[in-house]
Amino acid sequence: MSQTAVVDGAPGSGEDALGHTGSVATRWLGVVVLIGAVALLAFGLVFSDPDVIQGDAVRLMYVHVPSAICMYLGVGALGLGSAVWLKRQTEFWDLLALAGAEIGALFTALTLLTGMLWGRPTWGVFWVWDARLTSTALLQVMLIGYLALRKLPGDATVRARRASITGLVIVLDLPLIHYSVEWWRTLHQGATISRLDPQIDGLMLFSLMLGIVVGALTFVWLMIHRFRLAHLEEQVEDRGLDAALDARRAEADRPPPAGDTPLVRTSP
Amino acid sequence: MWREFRLIAGKDLRIEARSRVVTNQILPFALLILVLFAFAIDPDRGLLARVTGGLFWIAVLLATVLAVQRSFGLEAADGNRDGLRLAGLEPGAVFLGKAAAIFVQLMALEAVLLLGVAVLYTADLGEPLLLLTTSVAATAGLATAGSLYGVLAAGLRVRETLLPLLLLPVVAPVLIGATQGFESALARTPGEGWPWTGLLVVFAAIYTVFGILAFGPLLEEA
Repeated sequence: MSQTAVVDGAPGSGEDALGHTGSVATRWLGVVVLIGAVALLAFGLVFSDPDVIQGDAVRLMYVHVPSAICMYLGVGALGLGSAVWLKRQTEFWDLLALAGAEIGALFTALTLLTGMLWGRPTWGVFWVWDARLTSTALLQVMLIGYLALRKLPGDATVRARRASITGLVIVLDLPLIHYSVEWWRTLHQGATISRLDPQIDGLMLFSLMLGIVVGALTFVWLMIHRFRLAHLEEQVEDRGLDAALDARRAEADRPPPAGDTPLVRTSP
Repeated sequence: MWREFRLIAGKDLRIEARSRVVTNQILPFALLILVLFAFAIDPDRGLLARVTGGLFWIAVLLATVLAVQRSFGLEAADGNRDGLRLAGLEPGAVFLGKAAAIFVQLMALEAVLLLGVAVLYTADLGEPLLLLTTSVAATAGLATAGSLYGVLAAGLRVRETLLPLLLLPVVAPVLIGATQGFESALARTPGEGWPWTGLLVVFAAIYTVFGILAFGPLLEEA
């Protein structure tokens, strides 16, 4: 699953491959995630019992809750990366923000999707205008906007500055959105897990916890790979630039063709 | 700082006074939206009267996108951004000046739009104080958040399409708060509307501070 970045025709470098997004550690992490996912499937679909009220739909929670947590982790990485970049202006924090936004957007979509699939049998509708759903949908749109902004070509520093200010606005806006929507619509159901009273059956709680651990590990795995991929992309960009510079320099060093005056030399 | 602020705000308002883009294009557009809403929502069943507040603010929000684009489109031509940057003005003052000019234009637009809903939707403009407070607080939020994203998008080739995508979700709290404030004012239950102005003021304050801080770095790039 790891990707390799290759530069075509980069002069002066013996090896073309820049590197991999994977390493020994992430490969082991990947193996652990896969085993965890199988275990989660077994506990979520087979070992745990259906809920008294929600029936089999409760099994979606073992994916939905971890997705929501990973969504917050991604947004946290986006906020942290954006804020620190504005102070330090180093590539690391910019790429952390990018990886956080992209992986965060993925998990936001997963959260919305699993939530809707759960809502249909439980509430009878795919969507209700509840505070959490609404603010999650807005978060999704804002992350898409952020990623669209990042896709635009341009100078790396300029792009990073724009992106980090936008990222910070998104993170600052989230509490405003949350409170305004909650105030607007207060019919949502409260959090079940944070109370941790024995409303949840032992095996169900275990499945949920397993889901959270597997989800968090998946998040870490994805973040590392996305971060490294972004880093390699930057290097490819740099190498491409170096190659172009070298080519122009070589051109300038070459003597002009006979019969041609240096002043009107045309480029090939 | 105060002088620079007045300079920028005065410049933008003077350009508007001479070019009349907001009065001749954006305002009629906002009124057109009111008419289109009446086509989409059956005016005979009283539904229009109940959702007047929300429709009003949707029209204002769309007009805001246009006003922001206009305001920063002015700076895009003829290297005006460089001129603005090299003029040695305090970036925070430039931000406040541009936001203030947008604020004044939007407030004027809202006044006409309010007459529009009073006539077209037979809205009862009770509680003028709540209507005014909500409008001022909400428009301050729209103008500051709009200016922040306006300068951010100004250097981009895709600014027309990207600005609404970036700006509209961020100002969602303003839409909610202003709609609630207006609906309670129009229904003459101001007690429910006043707490929302608090949210609008907080929103405007956050974006004013953030805009002053972020405007300088954003103006520097081109």
